[in-house]
Amino acid sequence: MDFILDYLLTLILFTPVLVAVIVVMLPGGEVKLLRWVAFLGSLIPLALSIILWVNFNPDQAGFQFQEQYVWYQPINSSYHVGVDGISLTMVMLTTFLTPLAILASYTIKDRVKAYMFFFLMLEMGMLGVFLSLDLLVFFVFWELGLVPMYFLINQWGSETGERELWGRKIKARTYASFKFMIYTMAGSLGLLLAIQLIGVVAGTFDMLILFEEIGNVQGTLMGFPVSTVKTVAFWAFVIAFAIKVPIWPFHTWLPDAHTEAPTAGSMILAGVLLKLGAYGFLRLVLPLYPAESKYYAGVLAFLATMAIIFGALASYGQKDFKRLVAYSSVNHMGFVILGIAAAAFAINSDNATLALEGAVLQMFNHGLSAAGMFFLVGVIYERTHTRDLNEYGGLFPLIPVYGGILIFVSMASLGLPTMGGFISEFLVVRGAWPVFTLFTTLSMIGLFFTGAYILKGIKQVLHGPLNERWKGHLSEINVREAFIITPLMVLSLLIGIWPSILLDVINRAVMMFYSLYS
Amino acid sequence: MPFPILSVIIFTPIITGLLILIIPGDRKTEIRVTALAASFLALALSTWVYFSYNTDVGGYQFVEKYDWFPPFGISYHMGVDGMSTPLMVLTGIVMFTGVLISWGIDDRPREFFAFLFILASGVFGVFASLDLFGLIFFYEIAVFPMYLLIAIWGWKVTREYAAMKLTLYLFIGSVIALVGILAMYFASGMGTFNMLELEAANFSPEFQKFWFPLVFFGFAVLGGIFPFHNWSPDGHVAAPTAVSMFHAGVLMKLGAFAALRVGIMLLPEGAQFHLPWIIILTLINVVYGAFIAMVQSDFKYVIGFSSVSHMGLVLMGFATLNGDGMLGAGVQMFSHGIMTALFFAVVGVIYDRAHTREIPKLGGFARLMPIVAAAFVIGGMVSMGMPGFSGFVAEFPIFMGLWRYQPWIAIVASISIVITASYIVRVIGRVFFGKMPEEFVGHFGDATVLDKVALVFLSAILIVVGVYPTIMVTMVESGVENIMRLLGGA
Repeated sequence: MDFILDYLLTLILFTPVLVAVIVVMLPGGEVKLLRWVAFLGSLIPLALSIILWVNFNPDQAGFQFQEQYVWYQPINSSYHVGVDGISLTMVMLTTFLTPLAILASYTIKDRVKAYMFFFLMLEMGMLGVFLSLDLLVFFVFWELGLVPMYFLINQWGSETGERELWGRKIKARTYASFKFMIYTMAGSLGLLLAIQLIGVVAGTFDMLILFEEIGNVQGTLMGFPVSTVKTVAFWAFVIAFAIKVPIWPFHTWLPDAHTEAPTAGSMILAGVLLKLGAYGFLRLVLPLYPAESKYYAGVLAFLATMAIIFGALASYGQKDFKRLVAYSSVNHMGFVILGIAAAAFAINSDNATLALEGAVLQMFNHGLSAAGMFFLVGVIYERTHTRDLNEYGGLFPLIPVYGGILIFVSMASLGLPTMGGFISEFLVVRGAWPVFTLFTTLSMIGLFFTGAYILKGIKQVLHGPLNERWKGHLSEINVREAFIITPLMVLSLLIGIWPSILLDVINRAVMMFYSLYS
Repeated sequence: MPFPILSVIIFTPIITGLLILIIPGDRKTEIRVTALAASFLALALSTWVYFSYNTDVGGYQFVEKYDWFPPFGISYHMGVDGMSTPLMVLTGIVMFTGVLISWGIDDRPREFFAFLFILASGVFGVFASLDLFGLIFFYEIAVFPMYLLIAIWGWKVTREYAAMKLTLYLFIGSVIALVGILAMYFASGMGTFNMLELEAANFSPEFQKFWFPLVFFGFAVLGGIFPFHNWSPDGHVAAPTAVSMFHAGVLMKLGAFAALRVGIMLLPEGAQFHLPWIIILTLINVVYGAFIAMVQSDFKYVIGFSSVSHMGLVLMGFATLNGDGMLGAGVQMFSHGIMTALFFAVVGVIYDRAHTREIPKLGGFARLMPIVAAAFVIGGMVSMGMPGFSGFVAEFPIFMGLWRYQPWIAIVASISIVITASYIVRVIGRVFFGKMPEEFVGHFGDATVLDKVALVFLSAILIVVGVYPTIMVTMVESGVENIMRLLGGA
């Protein structure tokens, strides 16, 4: 037990790799075995992170369970990991969603071995981002998560659809994965350059040292005033993270990637991958660039508002069920950014605390509801082989259980009171209102459209005249699928009714967060 | 006397090469097994040198010194430091995997392996030489067999042209460098070719400024510096697989390494004077090379031009003249060597089956040969500088060095990362995924076991260095310290 506690974070981070290696060693034909090994293996990080949750002391300042080893000594970068309340929440989300997503991948029949391998590597990449306390190691995991996702979309994405790229007809999934890859890589290019610059200036990549010392850099750098260089570096960080979140107008890769990805891929993409960007804002942008964040908070809030409004409108305009859900992510993640922007502007005030707590909680809640929504889209798609909303209609009597679940999860996504989404959006709005009143007001209008598109989705699928062609061809949600969706629903409801189980941890983390700004 | 391990490494290949010539030409299996055994010995010994090199002490270790032509101050003087030790291992690795990959060569394998091994001895010799005469001696030994290897066993369409072009380029380069070396010999007045003594020769600034470009470019031609790079893609494409591996994997490092050892380390003031404009040329290498690679339709040309781009990064790292850049360049030489050897091995495996390298005509190889596809993907990740692979470990310090030196170069050079990503993704998508053309289906099977062993071995090294860079960077750093001392701590 001592061993586990001493190396807890490393164990959480690398058990998925171990499981992935085991999966590769197994014979490729044994599909069932591969699935179960991957699923049971992914329960280990979950168990470990529950141990982490239990042993985590919310009252203790700073990062806990820290480990630090030499990694790249000549440039002073080390393997340094640790958790605070914010990253703990995200680690829980990741280790919780991954087994569910793997369970949802039991319908994958083609090259299961490679699929599970990529999936587990993806989990490692995401966990690494949340756990790193070294800028360079952070970047390593940040980029590493890209590769498995690329292959998941490119190889196991939807079979149909064609797009045109540079005058050539290619498969839609090839197009989407390429766009995802190039978009994110181009975005992280600025991040990479800025990290290099920081390394050159500070001589270290350790976040804890950087948080303290970055404010002390004075004078000129390479012939420019430090403030100019910092502003440029700030925007490099912001753009990289904004693409990942994604914030309007950097969101165009998202609907394509989501639509083409396999169901489980979409679950993780929306559930965790988008959180990486928001987490980057919290972990790096605010502490490293407090002055710049405050100065440009208005711009961020504006973009967030645009994301909320346009995300909702675009979502409403979709005919494709999966695209509708994809755009809803843009809409919901807008609230996360709005909260962060408000906190950056009014740092160290009660409003900021509320907004920040709301943002972190919203990240968690959106992880649950978006994963649930994508899963439900996947369930219906597997039965009907269409995602066109006009092809459904009146399915409620045919599949009443599924219908009930869909309504429940939609309501969670909508932010109905008693659901987690309500608490977090309320906190964000409450915190942001006194800071950015106009933007918050506009966001509320966006929230109205959120209701509209959610209801549109429900109506098109479940209500209205029954589309006769599905009669007798549609089977009810099965046990495995119910088993995947239930934990998501329970947790959503639990947080909605009793938010303090998470908010306590987040709250402490947010308070300690401010001590960095001293 | 300590065991002369460096001499054993250097002479094992050439002696084996000569022994192979004695074996009757039709006993092909014996020839191949002998070659494999010798290459394994060279690999094992160089690996042993690598892990027993003491990085805390640094400097030149395993030194051997015997008189050669005493009247001229020429000695057989060998020793390795943190810069050259990884390159020794690299040569061993490429040699070993090269033999595995060329197992199927059926046309005069005896002569093929003999020439290949003579070449390998030359390469080992250059990396270990501490004497200028010895360096140029082994350099020529390394370059000459290339001509025969390409002209005899190369791709029938362009082999004579490419072999001639390559040899002429490299000979002209080395002759110019040789003139510079002689000039140093006479100007120093010390009557020695010993590089360690010449480091302290204090050549006058005028002398250094005049001779540095000649020496540097003379060697850097082999490193593929713009605008003298265009022998290299032609040469790569025309050469048989193992020779391409050697050529891009090791021989190009020879040029960069000699440019560093002779040019920058012996003429540091000349380097400081000239490198600020030479770095622009390397920038062209990096960015232009990537763009050219992107538009190629021949699989092998894509890899060939990607080498031009990546070797540009090595030379660019040198040209920053600071510790970070040098460190990155040192690691990049190793990383690129392994990566490009892997690439050419993959191209060879595919060409042997499909008999075409036109990317639009290929497709769907991943299902047929999953290990080959996985190896190429790993090489591709290294190539695009993906973190977690050795390419990132190498490129990151190079860019840090650029930031210290000239920030705008770092920003412009970073374009190449996205370009590289796009052509690598394109090649992976077109060659390995997608649909296999009708005429290939059912006509050939998976790669051979030996091919797989070679590819897995190369991929594993790329991952190990990327995940655990300490295994290499402390070594390279100890070599960089010595260079920085000569450059006056600049």
